[in-house]
Amino acid sequence: MSILINKDTKVITQGITGKTGQFHTEKCQEYANGKNCFVAGVNPKKAGEKIFDIPIYASVKEAAAETGATVSVIYVPPAGAADAIWEACEANLDLAICITEGIPVRDMLVVRNKMKEKVAKGGKETLLLGPNCPGLITPDEIKIGIMPGHIHRKGRIGVVSRSGTLTYEAVAQLTEIGLGQSSAVGIGGDPINGLKHIDVMRMFNDDPDTDAVIMIGEIGGPDEAEAAQWCKANMKKPIVGFIAGVTAPAGKRMGHAGALISGGADTADAKLAIMEECGFTVTRNPSEMAKLLKAML
Amino acid sequence: MKIHEYQAKELLRKYGVVTPRGFHTVSVDGAVKAAEELGGKVWVVKAQIHAGGRGKGGGVKLARSLDEVRQHANDILGMQLITHQTGPEGQKVRNLLIEEGADIKKEYYVAALTDRATQKVAMMASSEGGMDIEEVAHSTPEKILKEFVDPLVGLTDAQAEKLARGIGVPEASVAKAVDALKRLYTCYMETDASLAEINPLILEGNGNIKALDAKFNFDSNALYRHPEIVDFRDFDEEDADEIEASKFDLAYISLDGNIGCLVNGAGLAMATMDTIKLFGAEPANFLDVGGGATTEKVTEAFKIMLKNPKVKGILVNIFGGIMKCDTIATGVVAAAKEVHLSVPLVVRMKGTNEDLGKKILAESGLPIITADTMAEAATKIVAAVK
Repeated sequence: MSILINKDTKVITQGITGKTGQFHTEKCQEYANGKNCFVAGVNPKKAGEKIFDIPIYASVKEAAAETGATVSVIYVPPAGAADAIWEACEANLDLAICITEGIPVRDMLVVRNKMKEKVAKGGKETLLLGPNCPGLITPDEIKIGIMPGHIHRKGRIGVVSRSGTLTYEAVAQLTEIGLGQSSAVGIGGDPINGLKHIDVMRMFNDDPDTDAVIMIGEIGGPDEAEAAQWCKANMKKPIVGFIAGVTAPAGKRMGHAGALISGGADTADAKLAIMEECGFTVTRNPSEMAKLLKAML
Repeated sequence: MKIHEYQAKELLRKYGVVTPRGFHTVSVDGAVKAAEELGGKVWVVKAQIHAGGRGKGGGVKLARSLDEVRQHANDILGMQLITHQTGPEGQKVRNLLIEEGADIKKEYYVAALTDRATQKVAMMASSEGGMDIEEVAHSTPEKILKEFVDPLVGLTDAQAEKLARGIGVPEASVAKAVDALKRLYTCYMETDASLAEINPLILEGNGNIKALDAKFNFDSNALYRHPEIVDFRDFDEEDADEIEASKFDLAYISLDGNIGCLVNGAGLAMATMDTIKLFGAEPANFLDVGGGATTEKVTEAFKIMLKNPKVKGILVNIFGGIMKCDTIATGVVAAAKEVHLSVPLVVRMKGTNEDLGKKILAESGLPIITADTMAEAATKIVAAVK
């Protein structure tokens, strides 16, 4: 088991004909069961063509109907990415994973509220992962996104993070000391996103094949604190927590659009304190995330 | 991206929010001319810099004659204005706004910003206008009212009226305050702002509502569709090294320490800075080279870091994913040679083609110190600069 995706998941790639989409689709196909997982691409102008033997359809709806795919991954450039998310939602997919970085915040605000409105009116909920994220992976089964597959090992530790390379760092540490991963999830560095720490922690808690979790956050926003409060009351598994940005100055956007201290509650110190209070084993030394986790098993 | 007050007011006027009449100028003569043209008996001479707290720092002065306008403009133009937001070195004043005086009966605070938790637009209002709003939030949070606006619906009359009445706008002026709030919301949305703040929004003796001061911040992801806002950008107000870095698509922020760091990925870059601090030194910068770090980009990154005279050592931390370690190693070696690197350099590489990368570093003939973990890298660079 794993969360969200497994070797039987069928995936549509939105933006498959672009340079980034092509490059990563090929890498995803090469990973584990990827050949069988990546079943469709979307581009209205190239419908009927094929790329790496993957048929291209005019719309997500058509691709889903023809292939039975339930998940899409989005590499569409920023100006059209929010529309691509909405298209996946209108096609009633289970999950849309948006890799694209640099989407205007207003576009994300509008699409997120449209998605919520659809569910409120009784429509099917499509989960969103990202945007501005590396995607997610269930080792030895499927990888959807831009992470390097070879650093992962199959196992029983969950990883969730807002940062791509920091996720890889945690995964590599785990693999190096012999701990594999159930799933590793990048939720993205944007201020308005889909799945948050709390949602992913909930899934790891419910997953019988996850024994413990590394939760990585960073400065800005209320998400880590919210997840910590939830974990305090509900989480049955050990958690190691790290927050990046203890040294980040207030009021400066640190690379990620969402990594911006805008009050007293969203500093790294404040988040670390809440996580510790909620029973996490927190560390200020990101080099020892896996080592700490191993000691708790 | 930030803009000046006079530009923020120009935007607000475009959206129908009433502001005092005023002119922007860059000279003392221009200030006097502006006052003459405005007429009246009272003028305000306002320093224009991208930082708040200008009044307390002596950057906003009332003038009751043209001579006083000249005097104040002369004092303020060119001064190093120090506020709680500028840092101890202050910011040089290059621009002035000359405005007509206002008959202030009451000061309010209103603002629009994106609320991450609810994924709505938060319209905020307070009866405590003219003060530092963070202080109000801290000491009397009940005096800040919030309405969460669904962007699919917009700010409703009911919401705007609740805010206006809630902060004590007299009944006769409620309709005017509602109008100002709705126009502020429209301006916020249509310009892709990330913050639009009017502080203070004033009630005048005659019952009119006016924006006396305004501050905007814009979503840099959306600037591509707002050339009119990009035109407002004032490079004099920004860090020169940060501007230089952005030309090469590098996310760079200067800090106060002496260890330069070059990392791929924003989260890992912050984690590297934190590790440097944990092991006893301070980072000199945040620098994310991003996904496609070419030799050219790495070289520019080195140049920008080394411009800072405080830098006594450099730590490179790369997690090779799609970007391979050997590519980065080649870039680091070429960059170190081109800039004739004279400070200690520690490189930590992990991930794709790690061994190849390390081999390139070892065979470069340069005194590059290598490390396996972030902690080891930080320990080594801290030792090397001592």
